[in-house]
Amino acid sequence: MSRRFWETDWFGPLMVVVVAVAVVSILNPSFLSPFNIQVLLLAIAVNAMIAFSQMIIIAIGQMNLSVGAIGGLSAIAFAGMLEVWGIPWPIAAILALALGVLAGVANGVLVALTGISAFVITLASLSVYKGVNLGITEAQPFYKIPDVVKGLGNDTFLHPLPWLIIPCVLAALLLWYLLNRLPLGRSILAVGGNEHAAELSGISVRRVVIVAHAISGLLAASAGIMLVGRLQLGQPTIGDDWLILSFAAPVIGGAILSGGHVSVAGTLLGVAIVAIFTQVLVLFNIDPFLVQVVLGVLILWAVGVNRFREVRALKHSAQVAS
Amino acid sequence: MSGTGKEQSVGIPPAEQASGARLTTLRILLSNEFGLLVLIVLFAIIFSTISPAFLSKFSLYALGRTSAVNIMIGFSMMVVIITGGLNLSVGSIGVCAAMFGGLLMQAFAMPWPLAVCGGLAMGAALGALNGFIIVRSGLHSFIITLATMSIFFGVMIFLTRAESYRDISPAFTSFGRMKLAGIISPLLLVSVVAGILLSVLFRYTALGREMLATGANERAAELSGIRVHRIITYCHLLSGVLAGVAGLMLVSRTGAAIPSMAGQLGQDWLLPAFLGPVLGGTLLTGGRVSVLGTFLGSFLVTMLTTGLLLMQVGAFWMQTYLGLLLLAAVLIDMVRRSYLTRRKLI
Repeated sequence: MSRRFWETDWFGPLMVVVVAVAVVSILNPSFLSPFNIQVLLLAIAVNAMIAFSQMIIIAIGQMNLSVGAIGGLSAIAFAGMLEVWGIPWPIAAILALALGVLAGVANGVLVALTGISAFVITLASLSVYKGVNLGITEAQPFYKIPDVVKGLGNDTFLHPLPWLIIPCVLAALLLWYLLNRLPLGRSILAVGGNEHAAELSGISVRRVVIVAHAISGLLAASAGIMLVGRLQLGQPTIGDDWLILSFAAPVIGGAILSGGHVSVAGTLLGVAIVAIFTQVLVLFNIDPFLVQVVLGVLILWAVGVNRFREVRALKHSAQVAS
Repeated sequence: MSGTGKEQSVGIPPAEQASGARLTTLRILLSNEFGLLVLIVLFAIIFSTISPAFLSKFSLYALGRTSAVNIMIGFSMMVVIITGGLNLSVGSIGVCAAMFGGLLMQAFAMPWPLAVCGGLAMGAALGALNGFIIVRSGLHSFIITLATMSIFFGVMIFLTRAESYRDISPAFTSFGRMKLAGIISPLLLVSVVAGILLSVLFRYTALGREMLATGANERAAELSGIRVHRIITYCHLLSGVLAGVAGLMLVSRTGAAIPSMAGQLGQDWLLPAFLGPVLGGTLLTGGRVSVLGTFLGSFLVTMLTTGLLLMQVGAFWMQTYLGLLLLAAVLIDMVRRSYLTRRKLI
């Protein structure tokens, strides 16, 4: 079924982004200054990884509360390897990513083998990973981050495009390719759409669940590592405030929480909307405390819109059928 | 499921209740509540052998006082879990209610019973709002309460400028610091009373039975004439009130209403909120509740935390232990359930 472009998931969020950018830049021209764009892109790059990490789990109809805990654990593992063991940064990054994958696989195996809801499993593992993080760091940050890493986390390779945007774009392209072109990606969406039907049509649901959680862990770990470069220190609190954002962006992008339907472009635009709204609060000197309220309202608004579209689509197909 | 009389379950077949005495005994021995009691006694013996300070008067008093709050947090989540839903905003509502109570005492100089009622009303209002949005939108409570958790907390921080209310009425703080018979905190009595009231609600009142029926099978409940939407809203309202009680207990204990007392967005309450009911055998899919189980589960968690802290096995690792405990609890529960099913005990 081909859909007209204004019925796609990304059209609504795209309009919001365009209108928001237009309005804000008229009210405050410094919004489109190269420096501000750089700041905006830095925020989007990291937050997109966080959102993708949750999106892939939403795709299989589950949730992953431990996204932030995995990101935080990988971040301090990365910074710790750099400071304590003096490992070259690319190797440390790879090891930290592997740790993220491992943490994700642990989630996936527990969910797939026990059949206990992902909510409870990831609530428990959230606490385990966060506890290991605190146990290792004793809540003290790692400060000795090499200048290369700090540079990659903040500088631009082509003004005003920051280095961090590269892994983000790469992840977006790969995820799009995975979900739209590869059998594995189609299996992921099939499991999310109807687990039982997927199983009956020969998909190994367990394998798909474990792979999805592994990807989620990988993406969360990348976000954590990118934040170490951006903040220029390995802070144990990295990941504490990811939960709301990780759900907000995919949902704004049209993801359906019961699974089977996510949009990479929509999620990216969702991240952009959140970043722009947050910037607006800063640019116009509105209370930054209100960011939390804005995020919450965005989630409610988005799930409301998605629900409305779902109901309308159902009515439409019922009409067609009759 | 297990016929200990401590659990309420919708639709126990009469034949099951009339089964043999040996099976009944076995079922009691395999019940959650019995297992929790054994664990509580076992760990009490271990902790007091390793560190005699565990049984000191002050330690027992502090244990009762801390567990009182955790039990209320567990109850607050429990009453929503029975509908098959979740309430992530428990911590957020608790802090909002506590801050509102603090505001009434400090800025409006209200007598403390009035301020407490005000705080509880705030909790009830926020809980009812959750329920209203969930019922009207038809969406899962997870995403709605995730959003409201952020909204409630954000508005509260915005209005209070993230500042604490420290001018709490002395009568109220002395209640939280009072010692009955040297070791019992009145806060624990509040939790016991709340537990008894909840047991009565779920066991003897039509409203409570309707709540359980809604959780067990929403559609069947609706068809049998239960106003499901209203019942779900009531459950969320009750959850808000119970979260408010927990928040106000903390105010009474610390002598101040502090915005960060449940962590960022109230997230610190999430783990205790789920540990109690899950350890106690409340089904996450809804329809079955064990008030005594939640009480014992929350108490066990608090005791383990206190004991481990006393043994100085690394306060920073505490969260890891609690996470592993939750994992162990759900895995053991799964094994126990499959054993009972195989032996045809349920």
